[in-house]
Amino acid sequence: MNFISKHLGALAAGVAASVLVAGAAFADPAVIYDLGGKFDKSFNEAAYNGAEAWKKETGGTFTDLELQNDAQREQALRRFASQGANPIVMAGFSWGTALGTVAAEFPDTHFVVIDAVVDAPNVQSIIFDEHTGSFLVGAIAALKSQTGTVGFVGGMDVPIIHKFYCGYAQGAKAANPNVKVIENYTGTTPAAWNDPVTAGELTKAQFDAGADVVFAAAGGSGLGVLQAAADAGKFSIGVDSNQNYLHPGSVLTSMLKRVDVAVQNSLTDANFKPGLTVLGLKENGVGYALDEHNQALITEDIKTAVDKFSAEIQSGAITVHDYTVDNTCP
Amino acid sequence: MSSALLKPLPRWADVVLLPLLNLALAFVVSGLVVLAIGQDPLAALNAIVTGAFGNGYNIGYTLYYSTNFMFTGLAVAVAAHAGLFNIGGNGQAYIAGLGVIAVALPLQFLPWWITFPIAIVAGAAVGGLWGFIPGWLQAKRGSHVVITTIMFNFIAAAIMVYMVVNVLKPAGILAPESAMIAPEGRMPKLGAFIPWFKNTDVNFTLILALICLVGAYFLIWHTRFGFAMRALGQNPTATRYAGMSNSRIIMIVMTMSGALAGMVAVNQVFGVQYRLVLDYVADAGFVGIAVALMGRNHPVGILLAAILFGALYQGGNELQYVIPGLSKEMVVVIQALVILFTGAMEGLFRPGLQRIFMALSPRQKAGAIEANSVKSGG
Repeated sequence: MNFISKHLGALAAGVAASVLVAGAAFADPAVIYDLGGKFDKSFNEAAYNGAEAWKKETGGTFTDLELQNDAQREQALRRFASQGANPIVMAGFSWGTALGTVAAEFPDTHFVVIDAVVDAPNVQSIIFDEHTGSFLVGAIAALKSQTGTVGFVGGMDVPIIHKFYCGYAQGAKAANPNVKVIENYTGTTPAAWNDPVTAGELTKAQFDAGADVVFAAAGGSGLGVLQAAADAGKFSIGVDSNQNYLHPGSVLTSMLKRVDVAVQNSLTDANFKPGLTVLGLKENGVGYALDEHNQALITEDIKTAVDKFSAEIQSGAITVHDYTVDNTCP
Repeated sequence: MSSALLKPLPRWADVVLLPLLNLALAFVVSGLVVLAIGQDPLAALNAIVTGAFGNGYNIGYTLYYSTNFMFTGLAVAVAAHAGLFNIGGNGQAYIAGLGVIAVALPLQFLPWWITFPIAIVAGAAVGGLWGFIPGWLQAKRGSHVVITTIMFNFIAAAIMVYMVVNVLKPAGILAPESAMIAPEGRMPKLGAFIPWFKNTDVNFTLILALICLVGAYFLIWHTRFGFAMRALGQNPTATRYAGMSNSRIIMIVMTMSGALAGMVAVNQVFGVQYRLVLDYVADAGFVGIAVALMGRNHPVGILLAAILFGALYQGGNELQYVIPGLSKEMVVVIQALVILFTGAMEGLFRPGLQRIFMALSPRQKAGAIEANSVKSGG
C-alpha cells in the first residue's frame, strides 16, 4: 500500500511538473501545417523552415501541429487559442471558413493565414502573386525546351493551382509563341497534395506526349514529378521551396513562393498587420531559384531573358493574368 | 488440452477483465514504441489521460468523439445480432451527410429545434439506404454483406468528392466544402448551456446517441422483431422453419444499421461543422467495429467502449500539443495499436485466461469441500 501511495505521489508530481512545463509554453506563437504534412519538401515544409529560421533569429520557441483531417481545423485553432498561443500562423487555402469562425471566438488572439483571405479585425491574410512567379518559370521552361512542348502537373484541381498554370502558360508563350503546354492535375481532393505516384504517372504521360520540361505545382505530390523527370533524363521545375537540390541536373529551377519568409515575419507579433498583404516579385515573395545545383542549366541567355521579363512585369509593361480574378485563363 | 475442452469464462471476466487486459497490453506495446523513438512513455500516457479528461474542455471533445463511436458501434452491433457483419459504417455515415446538408441548407432560416429532427430523419434515410442496398443484395442475391458494404465505402467516398467539389461547393471558395448553414439556423453546442464544456464541439447529438443506445436495448431484447433478428443470427434455418422471412429481417436490420451510422453525419454536419466537408467521418465507421467488439454488442458496453475510444482520440490529439516530439503519424500508431489489441486481437488472452480460471476453480472447490467435511466430521 505504501509502495502504491509513494508511486501515486510521484505520478502526481509528474502531472504537476508537466502542467508547469505546459504553462511555460503560454504566449508562444503557433504554426499549423496543412494536410500535405510538415515534411512535404514543398509548401508546408517552407512554412516549417520559416518557423525554424524565426527560432534561430529570435531565440524564441513556437509550437506546431500537423493537421490530420479537414474536420479538425476548428479544434486545432481553438486548442492553440485557448492555451494562449499568439500569433497563430496557418498555411493553406482551406483555412478560410474555420478561421472565420474561431477568429470571432477569440478576438484578442492574432491569426495569420497564408493563401486564404479572411475578413476579420484580428486576422492578417497573406497571399502571393503565384501567377507572376509562374510566368518566369514558364519562360524558363519554354526557353530550355528542345521539343517546344512543356508540361504542367498541378495538385488538387482548385483555382489557386489554375493561377499557377495560367501564369506558367502565359510565360511560356511569351518566350516562345509556338510552345505547346500540357496541363494535368493529380486529383480533386486534399489527398492530391500527397500522391507522388499519380503525379509521376502523369509526368511520364506528358513526356510521352513530347514534353521535356514539367512544372510541378502539387505540394508533396510534386516529388513524383521530380523523380520521374530525373529517371527519364528530362527537366522538372519545383515549387514553393527551393527544390533544386533534390535532383541536381534535372530540376531546372524552382518557382519560389516565400511561404518561409512570410511565416518567419508573421511569428513576431509586432509585425502583425490586420487586413490583406500581397507578396509579389517586388517584395521577393515569389521568384525563381538559382543556386549551385542549377547554375549549369540556366544559361546566361535564359537568365537575361527572364530577368528582363521580371523587370517588365514589375514596371507594368507586361500584365500577367490572374486566374482567381475572373476564373478564366486566356 | 485442446481448446474445445476449455470452459467459457465467467461473465464478469469476459466483459470486464478481458478488455482491461487487452487495453493494458495495448498501452504497454504503445509505451515501448514511444520509448523506441526516445520519448517518455509515462509522460505520453499522462498527456493522453489529462488530454481526454483533464477539464471540461477535454471532456467536451472526448464526448464529441464518443458520440460518433456510439452510433457506429451501435450500427455494427445491431447488424451483428442478426449475424450480419456491417463494415460499411464509414460509407453510410459519410453519404448520410448529403441527406443532412440537403435539408439543413434549404431550411436554414428555421430555428434549429425544428430542423434538427428533420436532419435526423434525412440522415437516417440516406444512411439507411446505403445499408439497405447491401442488405437487399445479401437477402435477394446472396452477395455477402462484408464484401458489398466495404465496396460501398469506396462508392460513397467517390460520390461525396464529386458532390462536394462539383455540386455543393459555392463559386469563389477554394476549399472543398459546401456553403455554411446561416448562423440563425445553427444548432448551439452544449457549451452554450453548460459553460463547463467551453466552446467544444459536443452537442445535442450526444443526447440522441444516448436515446439510440436505450432504444437499441429495447429493440434487441424487448421486441418481437429483436427476438426475430437474434434468432436469425443464431440459426437462420430455425427462423425460416418458424415461418419468418429471413430476407425481410436482413433488409430491415441493414437499413437500421445504416441509419444508425448515418447519425454520425448529424453530429458532424449539423452539430459541428455547419457545412459539408470531405472526410469528416475520419474512420469512425471502422472504430465502431472495435467499439462493438469491446462492448460485446451490448448498449452499455458500447457506451463505455465509445467513451474509451473517444478519450483515446481526444487524448491522442492532445499528445501532439503536449509532446512536440510525437508526430501525427506516431499518434495514429498508438491509436491503431489500441484498436488492434482491443478489437482485432480481442481474443488473444481468452484461452490463457480460461486455463487459469479452470486451474483455479477446481482447487478452490476442492478446498471448500475439504474444509466443509472437516467441520462436519469434527
